[in-house]
Amino acid sequence: MSSSEPLTDASAADASPVESSGAHAASRLDPGAKAVLTVQNLRMYFPVKTSGIIRRTVGHVQAVDGVSFQVPTGGALGLVGESGCGKSTTGRLITRLLRPTGGTIDFDGRDIAQLSNRELLPLRREIQMIFQDPATSLNPRHTVGAIVGAPLLIHKVVPKDKVLPRVQELLEIVGLNPEHYNRYPHEFSGGQRQRIGIARALTLQPKLLVADEPVSALDVSIQAQVINLLQDVQKEFGIGFLFIAHDLAVVRHFCPEVAVMYLGKIVEIADRETLYLRPHHPYTQALLSAVPDVKQAAIGGRRERIRLEGDVPSPILPPSGCRFRTRCSLAQEICAKVEPPLMQIGPRHKVACHFAGELGHAPKEPVTMQVCGVDAHGSPVAGAAPDVQLNEPGFSDSWLDLQTGQRAGA
Amino acid sequence: MSSFLSVRDLVVHFPTVDGVVKATENLSYELDRGQTLGIVGESGSGKSVSSSAILGLHRGTNAEVSGEIMLDGVDLLKVNDETIRRKRGREVAMIFQDPLSAMHPYYTVGNQISEAYRVHNNVSRKQARARTVEMLDRVGIPQPDRRVDDYPHQFSGGMRQRAMIAMALINDPGLLIADEPTTALDVTVQAQILDLLQDLQREFNSAIIIITHDLGVVAEMADDVLVMYAGRAVEYGPTKEILVHPEMPYTWGLLSSVPDVVGDTDAKLIPIRGNPPSLLTPPAGCAFHPRCDHTDKVPGRLCFTTLPELTPARAGGDHTKRCHLVNPDEVYAKEVLPEIAPEMSEEDA
Repeated sequence: MSSSEPLTDASAADASPVESSGAHAASRLDPGAKAVLTVQNLRMYFPVKTSGIIRRTVGHVQAVDGVSFQVPTGGALGLVGESGCGKSTTGRLITRLLRPTGGTIDFDGRDIAQLSNRELLPLRREIQMIFQDPATSLNPRHTVGAIVGAPLLIHKVVPKDKVLPRVQELLEIVGLNPEHYNRYPHEFSGGQRQRIGIARALTLQPKLLVADEPVSALDVSIQAQVINLLQDVQKEFGIGFLFIAHDLAVVRHFCPEVAVMYLGKIVEIADRETLYLRPHHPYTQALLSAVPDVKQAAIGGRRERIRLEGDVPSPILPPSGCRFRTRCSLAQEICAKVEPPLMQIGPRHKVACHFAGELGHAPKEPVTMQVCGVDAHGSPVAGAAPDVQLNEPGFSDSWLDLQTGQRAGA
Repeated sequence: MSSFLSVRDLVVHFPTVDGVVKATENLSYELDRGQTLGIVGESGSGKSVSSSAILGLHRGTNAEVSGEIMLDGVDLLKVNDETIRRKRGREVAMIFQDPLSAMHPYYTVGNQISEAYRVHNNVSRKQARARTVEMLDRVGIPQPDRRVDDYPHQFSGGMRQRAMIAMALINDPGLLIADEPTTALDVTVQAQILDLLQDLQREFNSAIIIITHDLGVVAEMADDVLVMYAGRAVEYGPTKEILVHPEMPYTWGLLSSVPDVVGDTDAKLIPIRGNPPSLLTPPAGCAFHPRCDHTDKVPGRLCFTTLPELTPARAGGDHTKRCHLVNPDEVYAKEVLPEIAPEMSEEDA
């Protein structure tokens, strides 16, 4: 912004001294941004083997089962869910630490899902990862300079004598003292170690960063520092983020778009405002109602909690039909028979539920009858054909309006 | 009438080769039966150390503990080891953060829970087992008569924490100390466990100390809050008072550095600068001054030289705070609230 421009109210607030001292508002959505990453129908099945000499495969853990989404260039998609829902596996598939069982991972116009390690080498520069626990993801026997500089040497980005200045520059970017390059990880606090992990991920100027629970191991006051740092580097370098976390509040702050996973599937994906204010999937509603909330309690109000009974079922033998039905209060016959498709119900809102609706306003009849070509009990209707393309990443210009039951468009 | 639990001037020091680690300094609080106290603070603020002193867990170490811990009229720091051993698990019980490391992997869950019962009650194995199954059922473990013979690794995280709660409550203790009981759990499971604790508290009329770093948990569970920083109480009072009218900049920092799931997305995230101090050489004056944004509002560099006393807050009541600021309520309303809750401050205006 040029200084001659008159300050509007909004920009005046942006320029307040608190902003420069490190206060950060939530990231905004840029609907027009091109996708840097498009994932379609991604699947990862881990074989379960018998013990003994002849190890037969007796089943598969369906850790990720048909997941599709997009991460916009320079934007952020949040991936939330309980432990064991497959969110970390998804992150590892995208960084290609694992080879997916099926599906495509389209990165910058190229499918990287089945590339060999050799073919992947140049791409490793572009996709980097930040790990949850900074204490175990940094080699205790290497100095910080060696850790942050290693990617530069491996990829021969700069001549050897230029590595140190570049490392110091990176340390400065993440808010560490550049003179500390010859110290070891144990000499730093948890928050500082996470900054080292971020510096290492930034070394090769990636286009996509997969952040797997980047702040959950940190103290509350330090969490905010690291989140703000991630926002700064995102803005400065235009990096797309896949932000994996179980903390719904942190994800809400960092990600303009959020996907909720349950047992290997995405059950709801929407922009932040829709997902947090008007969630349509009963699981999202339960998840949100479970978060203890300081400000609500402070003013005396307490949201009614939706109790989810029991635990997440085993991903080896997931329930038939809808995977959430065993814990869902809305579940009916159709839910056991037909798997609800992830269908678009708003400009930037998709949900996978037969009885999708706002909290307390669930429809009596399944909303998916037409889409799936079934009747209210889940039995196939002769001659009915599913009428939308499902499991497509991204959002289309038309969607199913739940109020009218008709197609609507922008 | 004095309270069920009353802690006065509790001091816990650990002498080390590098000097004395002052983990807890002059901590005082009171708690009645049926009430819940939330102790909030970052790692290393002394919240766990001060609570394990109640259980006498520092006995036999080189820790120097002084002060007074009155539980039901008995000073737990004065009684001998045998007495405290008999009280431990029976009158005071503790739930630990990580149930997997708090349970023995080689013994079945039922074995470990019934041991806690048999130590304090002269009963047969069979009776203890029946009581264990009853408790497992009470904390919501499905098929308790079968799961009682499972090993800890066969339980999920939430079920392990339920088993820990069953173990802690099997002797119907008057005081339950829950040290980060839900930090390792998912939000849905956390909600189940918090509900369970509240139900059991109503049923047994026990006092609960819940140690956490999550103000959200405190907001839902606790009647009173004690905010600790560098081994000292910096703010203490009724939960609602403290969350609505916090008067200590560290509490402001805790409130402004956590994002929210509801409310305005214009709300800003303001981290607390720097890192928690070393307890070996805490900063002079107010321990929070190196990270505080408001030291310039106090005349005469008082924050840097003099430790503020725990004084009644401006709002009055039982609310006390440790800060030199003369008008903390005005500073909070003018400088902090508009940043973290824009819509709330507009309503007030």
